[in-house]
Amino acid sequence: MNLRRDVFQAIADPTRRTILLLVASQTMTAGAIAANFDTARPTISKHLQILTECELLRQEQTGREIYYHINAKQMKEVADFIEPFRNMWDARFNKLESIMKKYKSKK
Amino acid sequence: MEQKTKITAEDGKHDLLITREFDLPLELLFKAYAEPEIIEQWMGTKVLKLENKKHGGWQFQTSDAKGNVVFQAEGVIHAFVPNQKIIRTFEMGNASFGVQLEINEFEKLTEDTSKINVHVIYESVAQRDQVLKLPFAYGINMAHNRLQDFVIKLK
Repeated sequence: MNLRRDVFQAIADPTRRTILLLVASQTMTAGAIAANFDTARPTISKHLQILTECELLRQEQTGREIYYHINAKQMKEVADFIEPFRNMWDARFNKLESIMKKYKSKK
Repeated sequence: MEQKTKITAEDGKHDLLITREFDLPLELLFKAYAEPEIIEQWMGTKVLKLENKKHGGWQFQTSDAKGNVVFQAEGVIHAFVPNQKIIRTFEMGNASFGVQLEINEFEKLTEDTSKINVHVIYESVAQRDQVLKLPFAYGINMAHNRLQDFVIKLK
């Protein structure tokens, strides 16, 4: 098994997480992505290759440029986007509630 | 379990509303927003700075096991009224999400229950939608496995 194709391995790296974040806000060329880092360009290319191999990113050729996209097919409608966002807040608030309930009982 | 958190985000608008009722007295809910040690627990981030007063600043930071900073956010507090209201700006470091204005209103429902209304205003419709599309943009400040969950959904 090629370990590099493991998504968990892919997102364990902070540079790759930052790349995902950048590309998620807009499609970008490798050059534009690399411009956000002090790291050498070939290093960023390697990261992009790993992210592409594990299908977190997908490449699209436009003219002479290759653009990187986030590969998130189901994220088509705003309504769909809201659900994970809401889940995130719900989990966060659940945690707040349970922490404060314990806090209350301690007193 | 029923999810108690509600999000209202109308199409084409540059704001959203998060509401949530808690089985907690108002004072305890507000405390969870005011005490750095408690924020650290439920937000899963380190609180570097939190000046609970008008013109005060705040700064949160999360590092991974190796000490690399994976999430950073900061802002300014515009209003801090105990048990009523916190108005603050929110800006994420190293990201292109702009500045958000957050109006947090705390409401007493009964002796033992309370409610928070969070009105978040973004710089533009596009920026709001970016943030909505990206739970993992926020998720980076959470445990790594939450990001993994998200990726599993993507696959």
